[in-house]
Amino acid sequence: MAIINNRLTKEQYEKNFSDIHPPFETQDAALVEANRCLFCYDAPCMKSCPTSIDVPKFIKQISTGNIKGSAHTIFSSNILGASCSKVCPVEKLCEGACVYNLMDEEAIPIAKLQRYSTEIAMKNNWQLFKRKDAPLGDGGRKKVAIIGAGPAGLSCAHTLSKEGVDVTIYEKESKGGGLMTYGIAAYKVTPQFCEDEVNYITAIGGIEIKYHQKLGVNVSLEELQENYDAVYLAIGVGLARQLEIPGEDLNGVEDAIKFIYNLRNIEYSTVAVGDKVAVIGMGMTAIDAATQAKRLGAKEVTMLYRRTEHEKPCTQVELDIAMLDGCNIIWLAAPKEILGQDGKVNAIVCSKMQLEQLDASGRRSPVDTGETFTLEVDMVIKAAGQMPFESLVKNYSIDNKSGKVVINKNCETNIPGVFAGGDAVNGGKEVVDAVQAGKDGAKGILEFLSRKDG
Amino acid sequence: MADISANFLGIKSPNPFWLASAPPTDKKINVLRAFEAGWGGVVWKTLGSQVKNVSSRYSAVNFGGHKIMGFNNIELISDRPLDINLKEISECIKLFPDRAMVVSLMADNDRNSWHELIMKVEDTGAHGLELNFGCPHGMTERGMGAAVGQDPQIAAMVVEWVMEKTTIPVITKLTPNVHSPVPTGIACVKAGTNALSLINTIQSVTGIDLDTLVPNPYVAGKSVFGGYCGPAVKPIALKMLTTISQDPVTSKVPISGIGGVSTWRDAVEFMLLGASNVQVCTAAMKHGFRIVEDMCEGLNNWMDDKGYATIYDFIGKSVEKITHWEDLDINYHHIAKINQDKCIHCGLCYIACEDTSHQSINLNYGKPYNTYTIKEEECVGCNLCQLMCPVTDCITMEEHRVAPDYINWKMWQEEGKPLNDH
Repeated sequence: MAIINNRLTKEQYEKNFSDIHPPFETQDAALVEANRCLFCYDAPCMKSCPTSIDVPKFIKQISTGNIKGSAHTIFSSNILGASCSKVCPVEKLCEGACVYNLMDEEAIPIAKLQRYSTEIAMKNNWQLFKRKDAPLGDGGRKKVAIIGAGPAGLSCAHTLSKEGVDVTIYEKESKGGGLMTYGIAAYKVTPQFCEDEVNYITAIGGIEIKYHQKLGVNVSLEELQENYDAVYLAIGVGLARQLEIPGEDLNGVEDAIKFIYNLRNIEYSTVAVGDKVAVIGMGMTAIDAATQAKRLGAKEVTMLYRRTEHEKPCTQVELDIAMLDGCNIIWLAAPKEILGQDGKVNAIVCSKMQLEQLDASGRRSPVDTGETFTLEVDMVIKAAGQMPFESLVKNYSIDNKSGKVVINKNCETNIPGVFAGGDAVNGGKEVVDAVQAGKDGAKGILEFLSRKDG
Repeated sequence: MADISANFLGIKSPNPFWLASAPPTDKKINVLRAFEAGWGGVVWKTLGSQVKNVSSRYSAVNFGGHKIMGFNNIELISDRPLDINLKEISECIKLFPDRAMVVSLMADNDRNSWHELIMKVEDTGAHGLELNFGCPHGMTERGMGAAVGQDPQIAAMVVEWVMEKTTIPVITKLTPNVHSPVPTGIACVKAGTNALSLINTIQSVTGIDLDTLVPNPYVAGKSVFGGYCGPAVKPIALKMLTTISQDPVTSKVPISGIGGVSTWRDAVEFMLLGASNVQVCTAAMKHGFRIVEDMCEGLNNWMDDKGYATIYDFIGKSVEKITHWEDLDINYHHIAKINQDKCIHCGLCYIACEDTSHQSINLNYGKPYNTYTIKEEECVGCNLCQLMCPVTDCITMEEHRVAPDYINWKMWQEEGKPLNDH
């Protein structure tokens, strides 16, 4: 057993990491589906989208051949509509609410249609929004600093820029997109696509992204407060939650976020993976880590989750991907200890759990039965939720709940003029939630700026 | 099994489905394929003086992702030499003696031309003639086709010429490009035609290419009005058919129904409104001759279900059900009812009623699914919501008579009842 790279041929890597949801090949193909849409009123799909995209409208626009209008409808609600069409768990959002489900018919492939319009818009570089002119009189344009060029930061920046505000984004990585670029399975969205999308969004003008700028290292909050009219914290969340069990420091214990980050930053063939891999957790990131490990050539991947299938945080569609990839699933298994030899992982000991009373999350809580089992593994990937940047937030005396930033209804923190949103506030949700958070943040900031003027 | 055979003016066919005079019936190869597929008869594409066609010839209207809801053409009568047509007609008759062979004619506007053409066609052994008084393009400029059908006097004159000479049954095909087909129909019946057929195509512009700005069909940067047909014209055809079926003069002769017939259901509707058989073109052009299989089976099964032994047991049964507005029963009232178990919460009924009708549907907000219920006291029973609903039998119209007795508009006025009930 060994953790090695270069397990597959070039063709195999290509096949394994190609688009899992291929787009419509032709306009005719898109029209077949667009024409099935009933054009519901007060549509359940729209109400199930965190950004409230007017789905019936954009689909109708596809069917009338008004692709530009369709893309405008999508981007007006969600400037990251292109990537959301690839990464959203639509089975629990828009498509899950499609009325066709109630007729036991296939839902409209909303994401695929959304991808159709937005990709055409991006490919043709249709600039569908125009910035408001600079206000007359002294002062000129307002300036806002945003920390983090992830979905929340970009969405906030675009909304502010449209309203005539100048935005500077401080990003700690070398590319924008945040977890879109660094934390999502490669078969859903490629780094190149993320880069194109960032360029498309910022092409509106008035948005500058400064890379390699980490809050608290290269730039301080005080400095930003001084130089800008407002600050928006879209710092996201950090690494995977610690397991707090013996053996966690052994070689071969990896963080899912780091694992996926590597995968997306370098050639697939240079990413090492074990023969037998255990993945801890059953969220979307856990699924991504497990399927990516398998597609990199791991012989055996086992996902361990301390509750049952009924409580799983991932969607059934995601679980199906993992199962079709040949990943093993063990329910009611909590990691107890990681064993090793010569500093390297060689097994994981798990407690067998059983479900008892409902806990605070409304789910039945898993309780240790006292029984254990041992799995022979050479790699353990931790994907049991991500940790907020607790110390950073605390250093700046920002009100928080275990590191999650607390905001008021205007998205403002306890520090006047400092706003926050996205994963940093909610602890880690979908990309589409972050996009909405960015819009909400921008709204709060615009109100703040006009109050400041008054 | 019901008997679906038809006898139209003594012209027998195993079923009442004929192919209309059009491109599908202009050569032996097509007609033999049609007979092999099971068509009861054909009306051979119009013969007359030699013409020349243009390219292109057809265009269409698509709707909601479905191709060819409506279809139009600018093709003229047969452009093949007359003697080849006549030879092929007689060959087809010999090969399929049990099928109806009617030949469409449009001679130059003089008695001799008609007489000559009729003699030649009768020599083929054809069972009947159909006079093309309907073609709306190309031929009209030469004083033929619709130019004849639009003028009852001219039409009657031509029918008289034909009846002087012919020894086989004559059907006169009427144009819909008139306010009403009835005056020409009456004139033709009085002039002696044995039967009528309708409708021919309707003058139309199907659309414009938004890049070139040239309407369809395109001929070297120009277009002309084409004859419209296909499913889109069926309601207009049914209306015109009804007026012919209800008129005391025209209803004396058999009618061959034409205009958007695509299925056995359409055919039954034409026959219920008085057509003794139907002619089909666009549906065959869209799908091929094989559609006749379901037309025969569907008709047969429907007749068995309803207990009709022959087609003559139901032809014309709906004619008297179309009345005058002032005879409708004002005391009849029905109200929409939404079956909540079937509702898929699409909201289409609500928005249709709210924006464009009588604000008779309640919306109870839900996330993601709203609940919709009928405000019974507001509902005028217009059917709009039921027509919108994508689920069969989810919205039904329930009868709630205002009063038990029949009262129509005239009686209502005579009794001095209030007009404004708002």
